[in-house]
Amino acid sequence: MRKLALDDEILLTIEKPARYIGNEINAVMKDKSEVAVRFAMCFPDVYEIGMSHLGIQILYDMFNQRDDIWCERVYSPWPDMDKVMRDKKIPLFALESQDPVKDFDFLGITIQYEMCYTNILQILDLSGIPLLAEKRTWDDPIVIGGGPCTYNPEPLAQFFDIFYIGEGETVYFQLMDLYKEERAKGSSRMEFLKKAAQIPGLYVPALYEVCYKEDGTIASFTPTDASVPASVEKQIVMDITDTYYPKAPVVPFIKATQDRVVLEIQRGCIRGCRFCQAGMLYRPTRERDVDFLKQKAVEMLDATGHEEISLSSLSSSDYSQLPELVNFLMEECDRRGVNISLPSLRIDAFSLDVMKKVQDIKKSSLTFAPEAGSQRLRDVINKGLTREVILEGAGKAFEGGWNKVKLYFMLGLPTETEDDMKGIAHLCEEIAERYYEIPKDQRNGKCQITASTSFFVPKPFTPFQWAPMCREEEFLDRARIVREEIHAQLNQKSIRYNWHEADVTVLEGILARGDRKVGDAILKAYEHGALFDAWSEYYHPEYWKEAFAECGIDTDFYTIRERSDDEIFPWDFIHIGVTKKFLLREWKRAHEETVTPNCRMQCSGCGAAKYQGGVCVESKS
Amino acid sequence: MKVRVKFSKEGAMKFIGHLDIMRYFQKAIRRANIPIAFSGGFSPHMIMSFAAPLGVGVTSAGEYFDMELTDDSLSSKEMENRLNATMAEGMKVISVRQIPDGKASACMSLVAAADYTVAFREGKEPSVEWKKGQLEAFFAQDSIEILRKTKRSEKITDIKPWIYKLELRGDKVWMQLSQGSVHNLKPELVMEAFAKFLGIELEPFALMIHREEVYADRGEEEIPQLVSLEALGDVIV
Repeated sequence: MRKLALDDEILLTIEKPARYIGNEINAVMKDKSEVAVRFAMCFPDVYEIGMSHLGIQILYDMFNQRDDIWCERVYSPWPDMDKVMRDKKIPLFALESQDPVKDFDFLGITIQYEMCYTNILQILDLSGIPLLAEKRTWDDPIVIGGGPCTYNPEPLAQFFDIFYIGEGETVYFQLMDLYKEERAKGSSRMEFLKKAAQIPGLYVPALYEVCYKEDGTIASFTPTDASVPASVEKQIVMDITDTYYPKAPVVPFIKATQDRVVLEIQRGCIRGCRFCQAGMLYRPTRERDVDFLKQKAVEMLDATGHEEISLSSLSSSDYSQLPELVNFLMEECDRRGVNISLPSLRIDAFSLDVMKKVQDIKKSSLTFAPEAGSQRLRDVINKGLTREVILEGAGKAFEGGWNKVKLYFMLGLPTETEDDMKGIAHLCEEIAERYYEIPKDQRNGKCQITASTSFFVPKPFTPFQWAPMCREEEFLDRARIVREEIHAQLNQKSIRYNWHEADVTVLEGILARGDRKVGDAILKAYEHGALFDAWSEYYHPEYWKEAFAECGIDTDFYTIRERSDDEIFPWDFIHIGVTKKFLLREWKRAHEETVTPNCRMQCSGCGAAKYQGGVCVESKS
Repeated sequence: MKVRVKFSKEGAMKFIGHLDIMRYFQKAIRRANIPIAFSGGFSPHMIMSFAAPLGVGVTSAGEYFDMELTDDSLSSKEMENRLNATMAEGMKVISVRQIPDGKASACMSLVAAADYTVAFREGKEPSVEWKKGQLEAFFAQDSIEILRKTKRSEKITDIKPWIYKLELRGDKVWMQLSQGSVHNLKPELVMEAFAKFLGIELEPFALMIHREEVYADRGEEEIPQLVSLEALGDVIV
């Protein structure tokens, strides 16, 4: 049997020992003496969150298909375990082999949200890998980052050897082969990194230099080595059917957040909401073949034994073969006693019919994401959902027996006025009124409307990347206006309102559009004790406040400042297909309250057509 | 048709708690494509029940659960093979046997006793001599009193009647204890009482506990007759 890295005494004292023992069904074991490259794939958050991430399951499967590579998993030790590991000087280990991460050739870290940045430092620190890339030698793994946050990798530039910009299925094997070759030749780490930087999509921050203007904005961003390209091109898979997808995902022993089979039906989104980063990053929209998805669903249910399957995409209703897929799944799942979960569906006759079949309507709720309370502001953000559509959908649902509605909004969107904020309350009220139009004997008690607001964070590569962000107090003032207006409504007793924390949102804003200077503060905050910032019980704003002050960073520079049209952003050297020119045009159209049609209605010339695939080709054929 | 599954749980699997083991088997049964019966409703659940929960950190060679099948198409061997083809390291299905229908035969309500082997972890053995007749002398007492603490009170209880057998086997202590809903005696309590008898205190994490078997009592009234839960089932051919 495998020897565990932790002894019984530790495992019996800490919370949820299953987080650290590996051995799960479908975990891949190999003989380490028979592989050339050992890859530690890390999600820098707790096991239950990390195990729910589809991207890692895809790459884990992809890497392990190769006999010369062994990919293992690493997650953030929970604070109780973190303490034990530091006290007893136990190095961080990978779950499969239980070997120290430091012995690996690569440490790949997926960076899914800004609030995990200090967890990345924890991973490096506990592994015994120098936090700063410049201090690393061949005794350390190559630390490579991927995922959505790498589209502005600059705040983390000093901690990573390489950033992988784009979808993991594309150039990883090229990098692995280069690594094998260069190590066999006895190349230096820098020689290897220079060659890696020539692979499309790979960004080696140490090979670029940033110069700043007096006002703190960027004057220039240039490679320091002639062999390295001046810009980095996003890598994407154009045929997402004929590519890697796991047949047998790893099945955790403890309940993960996503304890189900996940079927990614498409990538990208045709909608073009102006606040949405994913909607721009993953363009063009690419669908997977429906027969492929059916086959994968069956294989994954067989191989995992999960009791639920879920569809994953940014907007499932836009998948052109949805009825065929859903009908197939309903039949297959009914036979197996498996539940179907259908998130991100637009509420219409089809989806209501499907939901009626797969859910208990008494327990389930309908979800709308109008994002803004007024039609004016919804036009600004290009959210195509209208009041009429919401009321019609809710009405149909109420008549079908539902009585719970969830609504998601954002506060602090560009151009937002008090009327827009109050519009949230009015929309809730109208929905409630629509419910009480149903005769008493035909409805199911009272209705329950839950409105949630998060605070808007401008993200790189969106039309709102130029936008100023609110201060913490402004956010909370806006939430109060919404709350008071809801209380003033006739049906206020049927409406519940909750809002997201504001302080953490401001930090997210700093990190999202930060430059290399912000990296020093991340390091300082970590040294002060910041960890698991995404978990409100562990989030300590004071660590960050101190860190910014010590680094002499004026956080307003990153948050409340409106950027000029021609400002060079820290992330401008990355090319995602969608052009800055298009984003700027959208930023102007937002101010004109003009909506832009979705990709299927009309091409807006965003630039993603250069990939010559997906919806860009489909609409022209 | 109802069947009883006997399995072992060793190695790293001892860190997986009872509820997660139930989830583990629900998924394993699906992977093995065993024709298990479901309850109705929007979220149907498998009709299965476990005999006696095993504490985290304890290994076992004799764990049980019962499940209801929708047909009798599969033999014991076939079900054992299918399940074992999808077990994690440390988990093994030992047998699948048919048991009579009806509530009376449910494993949970039958549990009456269990065998345990307890070993001391290396470096945590008792500091005094304990293998030269001490265990026998401890068991030969008329009563073995321990202090049981509940939320409200402390109570002195005699656990002797619930220890059916107690012997030294090599370096390990083997015991047969009363289990189930009436008197459920934990092996840790016996070892604590023994340590007290030796005049010492056990170090934290000193014990490695292994459950060997779980029994039903098929005897009349006062005279117990212990039969393993497995023996109550019939091999399906």
